[in-house]
Amino acid sequence: MIHSLFLINHTGDIFLEKHWKSVISRSVCDYFFEAKEKAVDPENVPPVLQTPHHYLITIYRGKLFFLSVIQTEVPPLFVIEFLHRVADTFQDYFGECSEVIIKDNVVTVYELLEEMLDNGFPLATESNVLKEMIRPPTILRSVVNTLTGSSNVGDTLPTGQLSNIPWRRAGVKYTNNEAYFDVIEEIDAILDKSGTTVFAEIQGVIEACVRLTGMPDLTLSFMNPRLLDDVSFHPCVRFKRWESERVLSFIPPDGNFTLMTYHVSSQNLVAIPVYVKQNISFFETGNCGRLDITIGPKQTMGKTVEGLMVTVHMPKAVLSTNLTASQGNYTYDLATKVLVWDVGKLNPQKLPNLRGSLSMQAGAPKPEENPSLNIDLKIQQLAISGLKVSRLDMYGEKYKPFKGVKYVTKAGKFQVRT
Amino acid sequence: MSASSAFNDEKGGSSSVGEPEYGHDPASGGIFSSDYKRHDDLKEMLDSNKDSLKLEAMKRIVAMIARGKNASDLFPAVVKNVACKNIEVKKLVYVYLVRYAEEQQDLALLSISTFQRGLKDPNQLIRASALRVLSSIRVTIIVPIMMLAIKEAASDMSPYVRKTAAHAIPKLYSLDPEQKDQLIEVIEKLLADKTTLVAGSVVMAFEEVCPERIDLIHKNYRKLCNLLIDVEEWGQVVIINMLTRYARTQFLNPNINESLLEEGGGGEKTFYGSDEEEDEDEEEKEKKAEAAVMAKRKPYVMDPDHRLLLRNTKPLLQSRNAAVVMAVAQLYFHLAPKAEVGVIAKALVRLLRSHSEVQYVVLQNVATMTIKRRGMFEPYLKSFYIRSTDPTQIKVLKLEVLTNLANETNISTILREFQTYIKSMDKDFVAATIQAIGRCATNIGEVRDTCLNGLVQLLSNRDELVVAESVVVIKKLLQMQPEKHSDIIKHMAKLTDNIQVPMARASILWLIGEYCEHVPKIAPDVLRKMAKSFTNEEDIVKLQIINLAAKLYLTNSKQTKLLTQYVLNLAKYDQNYDIRDRARFIRQLIVPTEKSGALSKYAKKLFLALKPAPVLESPFKDRDHFQLGSLSHLLNAKAGGYQELPDWPEAAPDPLRAQRGGEGVCACSGNSNIQRHRGPLGSPGAPKDGGEQGLLLPQSSSDSASGSESASGSEESGSGSESEESEEGSESEEEEEEEEEEKDKKKKKKEIKKPAIAPSSALKNYELLHRITGEGLSVEYCFSRQPFSPDGNMVAVQMQFTNNATSDTKNLHMEDVKLQSGMRVKEFPEIELLPAGETATAVMGIDFCDSTQAANFQLCTHTRKFFVSIQPPVGELMRPVFLTENEFKKEQGQLMGMNEITERLTLDVKCRNEHAIVQRVTTAANLSRVPCGSDKECRFAGKTVTSGSLVLVTVATKEEGAAQLTVNCEKMVIGTMLVKDILLALTQ
Repeated sequence: MIHSLFLINHTGDIFLEKHWKSVISRSVCDYFFEAKEKAVDPENVPPVLQTPHHYLITIYRGKLFFLSVIQTEVPPLFVIEFLHRVADTFQDYFGECSEVIIKDNVVTVYELLEEMLDNGFPLATESNVLKEMIRPPTILRSVVNTLTGSSNVGDTLPTGQLSNIPWRRAGVKYTNNEAYFDVIEEIDAILDKSGTTVFAEIQGVIEACVRLTGMPDLTLSFMNPRLLDDVSFHPCVRFKRWESERVLSFIPPDGNFTLMTYHVSSQNLVAIPVYVKQNISFFETGNCGRLDITIGPKQTMGKTVEGLMVTVHMPKAVLSTNLTASQGNYTYDLATKVLVWDVGKLNPQKLPNLRGSLSMQAGAPKPEENPSLNIDLKIQQLAISGLKVSRLDMYGEKYKPFKGVKYVTKAGKFQVRT
Repeated sequence: MSASSAFNDEKGGSSSVGEPEYGHDPASGGIFSSDYKRHDDLKEMLDSNKDSLKLEAMKRIVAMIARGKNASDLFPAVVKNVACKNIEVKKLVYVYLVRYAEEQQDLALLSISTFQRGLKDPNQLIRASALRVLSSIRVTIIVPIMMLAIKEAASDMSPYVRKTAAHAIPKLYSLDPEQKDQLIEVIEKLLADKTTLVAGSVVMAFEEVCPERIDLIHKNYRKLCNLLIDVEEWGQVVIINMLTRYARTQFLNPNINESLLEEGGGGEKTFYGSDEEEDEDEEEKEKKAEAAVMAKRKPYVMDPDHRLLLRNTKPLLQSRNAAVVMAVAQLYFHLAPKAEVGVIAKALVRLLRSHSEVQYVVLQNVATMTIKRRGMFEPYLKSFYIRSTDPTQIKVLKLEVLTNLANETNISTILREFQTYIKSMDKDFVAATIQAIGRCATNIGEVRDTCLNGLVQLLSNRDELVVAESVVVIKKLLQMQPEKHSDIIKHMAKLTDNIQVPMARASILWLIGEYCEHVPKIAPDVLRKMAKSFTNEEDIVKLQIINLAAKLYLTNSKQTKLLTQYVLNLAKYDQNYDIRDRARFIRQLIVPTEKSGALSKYAKKLFLALKPAPVLESPFKDRDHFQLGSLSHLLNAKAGGYQELPDWPEAAPDPLRAQRGGEGVCACSGNSNIQRHRGPLGSPGAPKDGGEQGLLLPQSSSDSASGSESASGSEESGSGSESEESEEGSESEEEEEEEEEEKDKKKKKKEIKKPAIAPSSALKNYELLHRITGEGLSVEYCFSRQPFSPDGNMVAVQMQFTNNATSDTKNLHMEDVKLQSGMRVKEFPEIELLPAGETATAVMGIDFCDSTQAANFQLCTHTRKFFVSIQPPVGELMRPVFLTENEFKKEQGQLMGMNEITERLTLDVKCRNEHAIVQRVTTAANLSRVPCGSDKECRFAGKTVTSGSLVLVTVATKEEGAAQLTVNCEKMVIGTMLVKDILLALTQ
């Protein structure tokens, strides 16, 4: 299965290597560098590369490449999914997954990798299990450790490893018992020039933060579960109960986790919260163009749209912009040719507008195409699909937990073509 | 900052010790002496009594290893600390040891005794980690110790240790493949384990060590299906992939009847416009007719075990792990009845929201699926719409899927979508879109004109790459119906003034030359312009100019004679060899002189022959030969260790054969039956009732272990209660299953075990020893056509011993093997007892050295010896290889002349359809079919077992049953014999 792992930074330095079988020389990465060179953009490097003796499977996360070396047939998704899980674990342990952080915690990283794979086959990937074996570094603990000489490596077998609920450890205790659920919905949409919806759908996710003592068994039910078309669950959710009763029944992991993701059936028309009036044009002569964008509320269900942001990838020929924003401020990055307009809160009385001229490289032909706009927004206290949690019940423990549900709607991949 | 900096703060003074690892990189310091010194203080620290110093030293050493710096000279100092009390130091020492043991084998041996002690520790964690490290040390000397440790751990009472044992199996196997047989025994034992913890790991070991031993799965099949949902995610992927392969050998194709219905519907057919495709349809119809006959004979009923697998994997489509979802999707694609496959589409579309690498892999698989099962993804068409922010490789794949999904009803939407793509800034993507439009136009006749007009409009695009790509695509489209489009050709002729991209210029010139009769006035003018600029053109353009000149000369010599002469003269002195060569050749051909022979008469025929329109097909066509979701599928090439997805068996495995399969030990087969049925009840951690336990003779040791487990170990107290809870949820389901199983039980009593080797009805049995000469013992053999696992160069011979006498036969074995030089035999394991009236099977391997010489040997029982011999038909000396059409042609091209044998024949009356031909040829020789565009030809490919020389067979059919058989093979003797055999098979 997975033979070796190399971590490579943006500039192409290999700063960490780990081998689970015989050592493979790092020169194998040269094939990858070659492909990277060819692809220009790091996102365009093929995730799977074939070399004379090995196969390289790579993911790109947080400006780092996680490159794994494979020697025999293995499902590529297996490796990709695992590498992402590694990156998630780093994120979980150190708060972020960057070169500096990994270098600073290289020993913990190594210990983690050692536990996560045995002979190239995943051994323990559940964060609860790992945290029992290797405690995440905190400042307090590192001070204590150096004073007392104790270590951050657990000496007992994590109980999760043995039970058939590996995601929860035994003997959890809290003084405040609480369970919070965030229902986050994202609208993926493509709108065409005239504002009509080419494609729109809603993807939702329920993030949970559960801090409950003991071994609670929770049941979460919805007012309108029929809305949910396609779902995927954390392994803790009992699928049979969902099939028969449409309720989520589970023994929760301890702490933060993603309970489920869902897709709202496409029959329901998706409410588009904003409309965009835009006019971007480039003139045949004079090396300049004009830009005019106005955003207004459409179907917001009476809530305010916040965190509005417009991102435009300009054609290469656009040298600079001279714009005025009626609200918020804008930046134009000359190197990446990205225009970002941070609008903030949408005021229905006074619609935000960005207009002005674009100056182009002299002599460059007029760009054929207009750049599309990527919209980002946030609506608090609203699940745009109308999904509602009806109740949360707890069994198996005596105390009364504190419960809460929060709804947020965001723009996912929300694109306006021009 | 990590511990090290904090350490620094505390200790204050000893700065050299507490420096953060990256502050002073010894190697980057560059001075060797300082490097040397640094290691010296590391050694000092390791030798100290303080754990904190040791830990600090180990941390720095591990940091060195992580950066790929060499720390091997510290080996003796580090290995001393292997018995250190501090658990973190110990773990880091393990990390070091595993990394360097291979390089310092002798020193590594010093640590072994510590692990051996660890293996006996009362703490299961320590036992497991000792085994883990011991098995990770790649030192050949300790193979026997490892073997022993694995065997012991496999019957440990802690499931965690057993899991570790399963992990250790492939490690040992890669270190010493000789241990295979012993390891298979351990695998067999662990496969019977009933805990979810072990299941995934042992199947992984099975896949790495002995994927061909499908027979080991039989008795665990149902248990695996039922445990699946509770196994950890990674194990699920491995198990599902393995079960897909298993099911392909054990169950019948569920779509036999479906194809019948489909023919009535005819919905699929209208999609295809071109003649080529229609041909294929006919071919398919024939196949369907064939299938229909079979279906009538035997109505299809799905095996309940097949159903069980489909039912138990379906919930996993809801997994959060993309690899699990993909595994289930491929299982459904390969195994489910057509009507049920649809469920996977939604789940796969969901994965498109994930990371771009996941998207990349999923889209590749979706692209393959859409070719075969278009309808499945049609409702999700819009999910494949492209965003300007997608990476190019994702865009191109989405485009591929959209193109595959196009049909009459949605083509207008798709084309509208394509229009926006053409405006994209990403030029590679625009080029791909133009290609896609071309493919839609060829596939869907209705929109061909619309597409063509659209593409012609693109010709006035500002971007030259766009124009060039359009020209190339238009050229292909025009070839389909040139007479209608002379105006487009004219338009393109005008473009020669502006377009500079050589490929596009060449395409235009070719078009004008090819259809010069449609544009009689313009063509000579174009040639005139080209003659002027000839010297400045690129090579491919020059070649096309010569071409154009030649064609014009032949059709319109009055106007172009001089021009042609001029062009040919220019070409004669060109720098490029090819161009000079072409010019000389064409001059000889078209300009009649005294010397030029008969050939110039045919010049017109040669140049202006009607050329078939090119077929624009998806690069994903035929990729489903590979198991979807696999690395091989993604690369479209066989990756090392890839297990071929077998074809469905033609007949359900025959219960009588099944009984004999496997180890042939009849006494325990009754048990294995019970074992299979116990599966669903044996959920992990749940107490078993003792009554049944007694029945399980061969598994007794592991069983008692798991029995005592629930009583022992306080660490498991948590798991007990949970498993009950999770069971509650699924209770109703299980009851149902039990009922179903009752029914199965009755049926299964007859077919106790599934066969060891998938029997294909094509296998022919030969007699080795007759009942009478054998005094009651009769032996038959067949060439099982399975790879012979101990030695890839051997042909597997499956022998079947039947004792017809009234007394038992003992000690059946072979002796005194007489062989021609070079031949080798791997004897079958001795059969100790064959009771009267019973039957046993065994497999032996023979390396025939690619010859049909017989292997002679003596078959001995405890009383008698019989002289027997096995002579293989030539067709069994090869094994199938999978080639694509292009590879086949390429290989065939290299095996011409002496290596090619051709024979004409008249086909037998019953053997005039493709299906029959394929069947007869594959029966006569162990070859696999090669896909072929024409329905007049059947192609097959194989390799000889010993030398691996390619064997290519082509049967081309003509009218009235006439046919031509061609065999290409480097080994002429084999070729000749094979021709005879196949000839015989096809004519009789």
